[in-house]
Amino acid sequence: MKLQFGKGSFKNVAVALLAIVFGLLAGAVLITLTGSDPLAGYAYLFKGGLMSLERFGDTLATSTPLILSGLSVAFAFKTGLFNIGAAGQMLMGGFCATAVGLTLDLPSVMILPLAIMASIVGGAVWAFIPGILKARFNVHEVVSTIMMNWIGYWVVYYAVPGYFKGEFLETESRAIPDAASLKVGWLSQLFNGSFINLGLFLAIAAVVLIAFILNKTVIGYELKAVGYNRFAAEYAGINVNRNIVLSMMIAGALAGLGGATLYIGNASNIQIGVLPAQGFDGIAVALLGANSPWGSLLAALFFGLLYSGKGFMNAMIQIPPEIADTIIATIIYFAATSVLIERLLKRLRSRKRGQ
Amino acid sequence: MEYVVEMLNIRKEFPGVVANDDITLQVKKGEIHALLGENGAGKSTLMGILFGLYQADSGSIRIKGREVRIANPNVANDLGIGMVHQHFKLVHNFTITENIVLGIEPKKGLRLDLKAAAERIQLLSERYGLNVDPYEKIENVSVGMQQRVEIIKMLYRDAEVLIFDEPTAVLTPQEVLELMKIMKNLVAEGKSIILITHKLKEIKAVADRCTVIRRGKLVGTVEVAVTSEAQMAEMMVGRKVSFKVNKSESNPGDVILKVHNISVLNHRKVLGLKDFSLEVRSGEIVGVAGVDGNGQAELVEAITGLRKVESGEILLKNKDITQMPIRRRIEAGIAHIPEDRQMRGLVLDYTIEDNMVLEVYDRTPFSHNGLLRREVIRDYSDQIMERFDVRAGEGAQSLARSLSGGNQQKAIVGREIELNPDLLIAAQPTRGLDVGSIEYIHKRLVEQRDSGKAVLLVSLELDEILNVSDRIAIVSNGELIGMVNAAETDEHEVGLMMAGVRKGESH
Repeated sequence: MKLQFGKGSFKNVAVALLAIVFGLLAGAVLITLTGSDPLAGYAYLFKGGLMSLERFGDTLATSTPLILSGLSVAFAFKTGLFNIGAAGQMLMGGFCATAVGLTLDLPSVMILPLAIMASIVGGAVWAFIPGILKARFNVHEVVSTIMMNWIGYWVVYYAVPGYFKGEFLETESRAIPDAASLKVGWLSQLFNGSFINLGLFLAIAAVVLIAFILNKTVIGYELKAVGYNRFAAEYAGINVNRNIVLSMMIAGALAGLGGATLYIGNASNIQIGVLPAQGFDGIAVALLGANSPWGSLLAALFFGLLYSGKGFMNAMIQIPPEIADTIIATIIYFAATSVLIERLLKRLRSRKRGQ
Repeated sequence: MEYVVEMLNIRKEFPGVVANDDITLQVKKGEIHALLGENGAGKSTLMGILFGLYQADSGSIRIKGREVRIANPNVANDLGIGMVHQHFKLVHNFTITENIVLGIEPKKGLRLDLKAAAERIQLLSERYGLNVDPYEKIENVSVGMQQRVEIIKMLYRDAEVLIFDEPTAVLTPQEVLELMKIMKNLVAEGKSIILITHKLKEIKAVADRCTVIRRGKLVGTVEVAVTSEAQMAEMMVGRKVSFKVNKSESNPGDVILKVHNISVLNHRKVLGLKDFSLEVRSGEIVGVAGVDGNGQAELVEAITGLRKVESGEILLKNKDITQMPIRRRIEAGIAHIPEDRQMRGLVLDYTIEDNMVLEVYDRTPFSHNGLLRREVIRDYSDQIMERFDVRAGEGAQSLARSLSGGNQQKAIVGREIELNPDLLIAAQPTRGLDVGSIEYIHKRLVEQRDSGKAVLLVSLELDEILNVSDRIAIVSNGELIGMVNAAETDEHEVGLMMAGVRKGESH
């Protein structure tokens, strides 16, 4: 398939890169303030994510749930919805996948597809409810998806100790059997023992599929039309409500799949009392990726790199790992205020012309 | 000094276009001076320069004979120049007084002194016959009243020269008459007015002189009293323009649309259309005349399926479509040029080619097995753009947002006609368009009629209804007041029917 490079692509890439540069500059100031050398800090940050095959594999694995949660938010955004509930959808998707893994005793080739399907369904159901509420009663999805986050949180809080209690701890489930894990031996060995797993391939497949749906299909045309202008869509006879529900379900399915990559891929059990931070980071990924599927992929890889390198940076020169989080936050800030960056670009351009 | 405003040999270039090329505009004290030109002729740029929004590349501005440099709108305000914008800039949950003093709030110590302001507004209102209640909130007043608030805002700031930017575009015919009275009051009290417009009738009605510009160049300044509308139109467009729509006798055939005793709720959940019946035959244009908000929108939405019908039925070619979903109605042969082209008619962030298949993207040949066929869509769109003279910078790939209003409208008209419908509904198809585009769209509507389609034309412009329609339905307060033949009626009779039944109604 050909990559879609629309007119806006170049501008979006420029804005994203500038946001990253500004974020890193602001981080450099912070590192300097803590009394360390920013260049050395960044060198360790990127080394920590890239210096060995194992670390590189870990970076990819760290990125995987972010790719899917970012894709979920970006897809919903393209169709005019703000899915702030990716965290809850991930949690439910991951919980369903874990439940399948802990309940069924089947060989890998059967249990893995089942667990993955379960995660997709779990996420989709969790987003279907806000979708219906929006379509039928005009309940804003920001409110209802946040509430679904907490419903998911308490469902897991109750169900894990009740049915899937771990051997030692009340607060987490038993570990899933190897057959139900997305980790496979050959891949881990290829990356020298990294926790990279099949989730990465699922995520990339999802990016390709969503890009295809949005740009090439009748469904994508309808979804985007509803997102850009629901009144015009209604005028043209497009079923606006059905598309809102469908869009939420697809977004939820993506986040749910992200949950599988997190809980039966990167991890092998599920904790209670935690909403996965990756769900909220998905909003940042989508923002930096300009709500495009490929953009989300690249943005997630970048964030994954920062996340996986920050421990190394801390260990080597005592820069607190919170600095990495601050850099990420600053980048998000600049990505979110991309209008300002665009204006800056425009001014630079017009000045150049003036000379 | 004779002239209050003089803009001499103004030139303004934007990247790629010369918006104003050696334009001179001289406004006398106490006159209404019209600035006439098609969309994109450079009227707004010229007024933007006078108001301090842009700087001219060359040329000079004199106010009351003194040469000035207007660096920003504050300078313009200080020089007594005020602009009544086309889109009002008002805070809806503020009172009229609060809106008017916004930015120059009168203070008594640390507190606002709104009372003094309200009294002054009351005085201004009485002096110029504006009839404004200083304590009413903006959200409770009509559009016409909001415009008067904008006018008082300027008077409150002691403006001597008032620029009106397309002031009648948002008004009902009644409000237009009131506005004209107000403008005459203003000049009688010594103010000067620059009226930006492309409506010749209004110029004829109120203006003393008229400066015409075309494609950034000055065509000339004329005395309105001795210049005919046709002459001004020719100056504006650069060729002869016919106001009379050329059409032969209609030749009505079978009944295509039959609306039978329908009642429809409006957005305030009260009956917007009461027990309404109407027939449109093939080969005729039925016009719906009425003051804005008297049931026209509800009628169109009921027929197209955008609004639920409470009782009664709608038949298309003898088939009941009252409960049919919108898409099925389109497939059954209804095409609809919507009243609001940007809200309903186009997905502004889609390209023109995507917009051209807004109703048919899922049919063959535009898609196959759920996949869009880009080449087919592009060919189809190129074809519409060529046949309907839609001009866009990047052709079919341009975003709809980037097109001018006239080109957006032509694209919609083209798309709907290309559906080859049995019934074409045109709701205010020429709103906000210039003379050239209006003429063009009227011609296309008549063409549709002559090829045996049924056309339903809804318009607030009485001239348009009278010129284009074969039969005219007059609505008031959601009811059908009467049905007349266009050939046997005139503005006076239809106007009376629109107004006569209105008495006793609060509007």
